[in-house]
Amino acid sequence: MRRVTWFNATSLTLGFAFLYLPMVILIIYSFNAGKLVTVWAGFSTRWYGELLQNQAFLDAAWVTVKVAVLSSSIATVLGTMAALVLVRSGRFAGRTLFSGMIYAPLVMPEVITGLSLLLLFIGLNIDRGVLTIVLAHTTFSMCYVSVVVSSRLVSFDQSLEEAALDLGCSQMQAFFLVTLPIIAPAVISGWLLAFTLSLDDLVIASFTAGPSSTTLPIKIWSSIRLGLSPEINALSTLMISVVTVGVISASLISKRSSLKRQADERAAGT
Amino acid sequence: MRRLILIAVPYFWLLALFLVPFLIVLKISLSDTALAIPPYTPTLDFSAGWEGIRAFFAELDFENFEFLTTDDLYWKAYLSSLKIAFVATFLTLIVAYPIAYGMASAPDHWRPTLMMLVILPFWTSFLIRVYSWVGILSNEGYLNQLLLSLGLISEPLTILNTNIAVYIGIVYTYLPFMILPIYAALERMDASLLEAAEDLGCSRLTAFWLVTFPLSKNGIIAGCFLVFIPTIGEFVIPSLLGGSKTLMIGKVLWEEFFNNRDWPVASAVAVILLLILIIPIVLFQRNEQKQREAEG
Amino acid sequence: MSQTVFEPWNDPQAKPLIQFKNVTKRFGEFVAIDNQTFDIYEREFFALLGPSGCGKTTMMRMLAGFEKPTEGTILLAGQDMAPIPPNKRAVNMMFQSYALFPHLSVWDNIAFGLKRDRKPKDEIAERVAQMLKLVRLEKFAQRKPHQISGGQRQRVALARSLAKAPKLLLLDEPLGALDAKLRQDTQFELVDIQEKTGTTFVIVTHDQEEAMTVASRVAVMDDGKIMQADTPANIYERPNSVYVADFIGDVTIIEGRATKNGNGYDIDFAEGQPTLHAESGKDFQNGQTCHLAIRPEKVAITADKPDTRNALKGTILDIAYLGNLSTYHVKLENDQIIKAQTANTRRLSRRSFTWEDSVWLSWTDTAGVLLEG
Repeated sequence: MRRVTWFNATSLTLGFAFLYLPMVILIIYSFNAGKLVTVWAGFSTRWYGELLQNQAFLDAAWVTVKVAVLSSSIATVLGTMAALVLVRSGRFAGRTLFSGMIYAPLVMPEVITGLSLLLLFIGLNIDRGVLTIVLAHTTFSMCYVSVVVSSRLVSFDQSLEEAALDLGCSQMQAFFLVTLPIIAPAVISGWLLAFTLSLDDLVIASFTAGPSSTTLPIKIWSSIRLGLSPEINALSTLMISVVTVGVISASLISKRSSLKRQADERAAGT
Repeated sequence: MRRLILIAVPYFWLLALFLVPFLIVLKISLSDTALAIPPYTPTLDFSAGWEGIRAFFAELDFENFEFLTTDDLYWKAYLSSLKIAFVATFLTLIVAYPIAYGMASAPDHWRPTLMMLVILPFWTSFLIRVYSWVGILSNEGYLNQLLLSLGLISEPLTILNTNIAVYIGIVYTYLPFMILPIYAALERMDASLLEAAEDLGCSRLTAFWLVTFPLSKNGIIAGCFLVFIPTIGEFVIPSLLGGSKTLMIGKVLWEEFFNNRDWPVASAVAVILLLILIIPIVLFQRNEQKQREAEG
Repeated sequence: MSQTVFEPWNDPQAKPLIQFKNVTKRFGEFVAIDNQTFDIYEREFFALLGPSGCGKTTMMRMLAGFEKPTEGTILLAGQDMAPIPPNKRAVNMMFQSYALFPHLSVWDNIAFGLKRDRKPKDEIAERVAQMLKLVRLEKFAQRKPHQISGGQRQRVALARSLAKAPKLLLLDEPLGALDAKLRQDTQFELVDIQEKTGTTFVIVTHDQEEAMTVASRVAVMDDGKIMQADTPANIYERPNSVYVADFIGDVTIIEGRATKNGNGYDIDFAEGQPTLHAESGKDFQNGQTCHLAIRPEKVAITADKPDTRNALKGTILDIAYLGNLSTYHVKLENDQIIKAQTANTRRLSRRSFTWEDSVWLSWTDTAGVLLEG
């Protein structure tokens, strides 16, 4: 399969143009001076300025970050535990239900997850706010974390942990000194995934947020429902830039370390 | 003991925040609408003891489900969701396959970059990606501006607020989910297989049909389920890009809940939606299982 | 190996370090270890040899504490090991995959077990240095496992498991991942280190050459049972069963009927073939089925009929040329095939026999071993 033909080149070019052109247009028009989003009226950073003045957006951003950090951190702990249970614990009563509950939220439509959690919170008389969003986000993102971590644990050489026990570790020590450092990249990706899912979520947050805890997606949603908005373009550009810088640097770091590893291994003569 | 804690903590979390809420939905779907808070009856009253529980169950009925069958809005919405998901999945496959094929044929040193380019949109906000099409597809949008200035059309095309815009939105946002499994299947393929096929007298095209395509079948199936399943319950895309005529069940549920405040009917809609989803989910699970077994 | 004979298993006064007493291990229905009783002595290099699935790894994992016997007891220096978890045992293990911690340097890998014992820092440093010197890796202390070669990794694994000075070291296929040449050198190194440290080694291997090279005693296992545990020479020269004879080295097994004659037995094995004779102290009834196991190198191959009791005529079916040796597969008239091996002291072109040649095979009365089954 090493054939660069005109067909392959065209399909890649068109494909990536399709994926990236809408975002590129969005970014370009975020620097539009005019109020009408689709009509170019000269270059300006005016909307960035207005965005940073807009207290409602800033508040929403703060709530979103708070929720994302909290929920992804709890989800990482719970998801890693769940992954350990799935991969290591063998059979126990209720295992089928457990793995069902891990996989179901991955395919559950967000509207149902949101609705069901809202009904729970109302039933328990819990005031909706940051706490309820965190609970909701933790619940579905822990499942993603557990899938990421368990796929790493499956290929984990069990004899590493046995070696740690053999050398005098307790079970806990073996986990924290050996297993966790080795699976750390998967745990970190799990955290990042949970963090992104939380930042991104509109539907579940809409169901579980209270009036004082509007998240950024909810805020964006309420303004784009009314049509195009230059401020949202500016905000989108900022969000896209942050993600792009993050993803590219992460992939560069991982590429560098894998190249270094290859070079090391060659030098070691294996 | 440690094992017990390890199992119990995530277990109870999921029971309390996944299973119990779902049972509540199930229960409310069997209740009656009421102008009260909460806006449904009966409510479970444990203080009345066994009698209370009996009375509670006696009042549950399938009225809301009967209602769903009488008002054709609902079953039309289910059918339309299925249709849109089906067509969109097919379109996504057609767009994704050449890209995945191109990636798998690209020189080795390009692949990590191409991979990253496919995954990158996944990390950016879903909402923003859908929103980016509003400006392109609207009547005064960039696409119409371009076509008008090229003289290809004389009147702006109405694309936004139609099903076409919904299809574009779905293909655009779910494309990575289709590309990645197909690419994974193609990438695993041994290059010498094609050479062998050609050596045995196939043309390039027949070699593709007889060798490459069947070997990427598992990737295609996985990709199709990954697009089809979430699309059925999709809410953001039909609300933002679709018009008043775009019927999708996720949107109906949302409106039933937030606009009509009819919780029992919204719950019944959710229960049916889930029943519909069970079939593709089970098929998907089976397919994955089969693949895992085949790979041993 | 050493000048004084090291044979504690023949000394009734010697106290065994490890005692297996009627140990059975079942996994569900499957019997991995079947009611085994045997001893391992201090300073021994004990090899568990057998095909995969014979239970040798289970045996080792029970010693390490990763599995518990279903029945019976295992004693270490007279103490029952069952209630002691792996991290509290004076037993260390070298894993087949080496199980080096990839996130720690060579130094930290070796220090890992010592740190768990909360030893003072300088003591740890001293012990690690000592270990690095033992395995000649002083220069690589700060490298990560992926930055050293396979042979070096093997030595780090060995150093790490020896660092805590265990009473017993378990080695699970320690040389399995090395290529043939490196393996030979490492075998001798392993023996050397075992003698230097005086630690009792139990090695699990499926490679008979490896077991014969390193071990003071080899236990040949099959189907959850130890078939024979003895010195390499005895295992080879005096196998106690057809299984062991066949498993170790090359052998021809001739099945026949025994008749007592002098110090041994006459063996009739086929119509029209001469009666063979083998000396044996075993008891056979007259007419009982017996198996004569004979090593190829003990069979002489000649053109003319030799003047011995055990002489058979046949034609050469195949010749396996191995460089230093040639093995001839000779077919008798009754289709029985007997292997004979000669050293190639002359050049190939001057070889005396070739395919289809009619030859005589012969051996002495003591060359073969008479076995029941």
